Amino acid sequence: MKYFDEYRDKRLCQSIIERIKELTTEEINIMEVCGTHTMSIFRSGIKDLLPENIHLISGPGCPVCVTPISDINHIIALARMDRAIIATFGDMINVPGSSSSLKREKADGADVRVIYSPLQALEIAQEFPQKQIILVGIGFETTIPLLASVVLEAKKKAITNFYLLSLTKLMPPIIRALLQSQEVTIDGMLCPGHVSTIIGTKPYQFIPDCYHIACVIAGFEPIDILIAIYHLILQKIKGEPQVENKYRRAVREEGNLVALNLITQIFSTVDSEWRGIGIVADSGLDLKSEYSDLNARNFIVKVETTKENNQCRCGDVLRGVVTPLQCPLFQKLCTPENPVGACMVSSEGVCAAYYKYSSV
Amino acid sequence: MTDQIITIDYGSGGKLTNQLIRSLFLKYFNNPILNKLHDGAVLPPTNHRIAFSTDSYTVSPIFFKGGNIGHLAINGTINDIAMCGAIPKYLSVSLIIEEGTSMQILEQITCSMAEAANKTGIQIVTGDTKVVNKGDVDGIFINTTGIGYIDSGVHIHPGRAQINDAIIINGPIGNHGISILSSRENLQLEESVLSDTAPLADLVQEMLSITKEIHVLRDPTRGGLATALNEIAQSSQVEIEIEEENIPIEETVKDACKILGYDPLYLANEGKLIAFLPEQFAEEVVQKMKTSRYGKQAATIGRVITQGRSEVSLKTDIGGRRIVGMLSGEQLPRIC
Repeated sequence: MKYFDEYRDKRLCQSIIERIKELTTEEINIMEVCGTHTMSIFRSGIKDLLPENIHLISGPGCPVCVTPISDINHIIALARMDRAIIATFGDMINVPGSSSSLKREKADGADVRVIYSPLQALEIAQEFPQKQIILVGIGFETTIPLLASVVLEAKKKAITNFYLLSLTKLMPPIIRALLQSQEVTIDGMLCPGHVSTIIGTKPYQFIPDCYHIACVIAGFEPIDILIAIYHLILQKIKGEPQVENKYRRAVREEGNLVALNLITQIFSTVDSEWRGIGIVADSGLDLKSEYSDLNARNFIVKVETTKENNQCRCGDVLRGVVTPLQCPLFQKLCTPENPVGACMVSSEGVCAAYYKYSSV
Repeated sequence: MTDQIITIDYGSGGKLTNQLIRSLFLKYFNNPILNKLHDGAVLPPTNHRIAFSTDSYTVSPIFFKGGNIGHLAINGTINDIAMCGAIPKYLSVSLIIEEGTSMQILEQITCSMAEAANKTGIQIVTGDTKVVNKGDVDGIFINTTGIGYIDSGVHIHPGRAQINDAIIINGPIGNHGISILSSRENLQLEESVLSDTAPLADLVQEMLSITKEIHVLRDPTRGGLATALNEIAQSSQVEIEIEEENIPIEETVKDACKILGYDPLYLANEGKLIAFLPEQFAEEVVQKMKTSRYGKQAATIGRVITQGRSEVSLKTDIGGRRIVGMLSGEQLPRIC
């Protein structure tokens, strides 16, 4: 697939890096708010290639990492129900709740299945009509239309043993909450390509308008990311922050209207809890009342009280306040084999990226 | 026989077991040592050093694109013996079969095992069959144990990697991992990816014909290339550097990894080997490998850069550098 290779050209990468070096020696902080960006940056060794004055800070863009322990406990409680089958994306099975995880529950006999597409949950529901299939719906705007289409499909096919636990989150409200908190100095925001494919470019306009911060939407190949960094720095130097779309091959200004309509048809906006950040107004989605018969929140289950390791700094890592290296548990008590916090579990987690790819 | 299913009685040790051995296993595995149907195999004496290895195969699904559990069980143990630099000679095969398995499937798998063994000239000389209750295993589990002879002058083990050793691979990585995944999850990939399951014993002997100075051989199966290199770095206490642009990966595997969020360095292989050998022999060995069926895309992918510290790093294709750790748990599909 040549579509990727031209975005990994070594010479072009090096020439962009040279141009970045020529731009400024000023300290510049750029936040990437997408786990896929984080992993791409680490996998390609981009951090290693950038000049020392350019700091890349990872934000709350990994859907597994931002899911709070209370929600993990809730999923575990659902998994313990008789006749329940939990269908989930992979990384969620490893995330520790207060005293267990889905992997542990599976070993103890719970029926937990890793799926590759939300549609697989419906297939499981049809295969096991006597069971209650609960799809763990995590993700940002990229995943939400798929979840919505599965809900519609379940209705269309009159599948009555399928339920969705919507833990979905929205990107613009959390970016606003972060910028409002002013905990971290951010000069440029590297905006997520996948999410932008759905929501378009307009929802980020508040970033330059209200916070005077540069903003570039980028794809996930090394050249995509380097070009975005170059333009973020350029915007900062010129003092002319704006929303620039450098992922035109996938992102249109108005986004994907079909997907957006699907989302508003099925979901309504709710306040949502983010790990380490707390409740953020209007930052999550839940099923509309007309779909309440599919809402897994209606199961009455005993959810374990939330207990957190108070040394775990996942929350601070997600807000960009500290790097994983500043967490006292990193690489000691908290490793991918024995994760304390979600940032070490998820393949898109910041701590996992530092652990896997950095020589520390 | 082909429309029958395996019932629990076939594992009883009685008449039906005997019938299965005679009508199926002896038919395909036929050789003078096995045909004696002794409790164990009596092997002729040898002056060689002996390599000895065992492995169990529990792949799901048992048939996948490019192979089945039968090939895998034979090739896997052949390769484990070959990685000691040995010429594989004898194998045992032990089957644990789920009741209800069709006789036709068992025959297909048996036939594949015989074909795989014949390709390398290894003899299946002893075995065992158990049938367990429905649900106790997933179709068929196979254990194979093998014996091979090591020529004098060959000293291969994971603790022998040395500074300035070149690291060679015989072809593209990740095919088996993606093939299994696409068969298991019924992923509709643009082009199918075939498993690379293959016996590597002949290839190893061809490499050894250029130089016996091969320090390490390893087949990067589960955990992939990254994990195998880390194990060698630890055993030899060396720092290894590999170059992303030199690592062969098929485009279809690359694309599947992009979609699923997998790293090909951690995908399983069943027909690949990595070799550590002094740099001066690298080019000649690679050229020799390229003349062999299972080494056509052989390449030098890196080298040992320092001694005394165990680490694996990757020079990325854009010129960056990152650490390559061991696989931790299973690779899981991406979310967005």
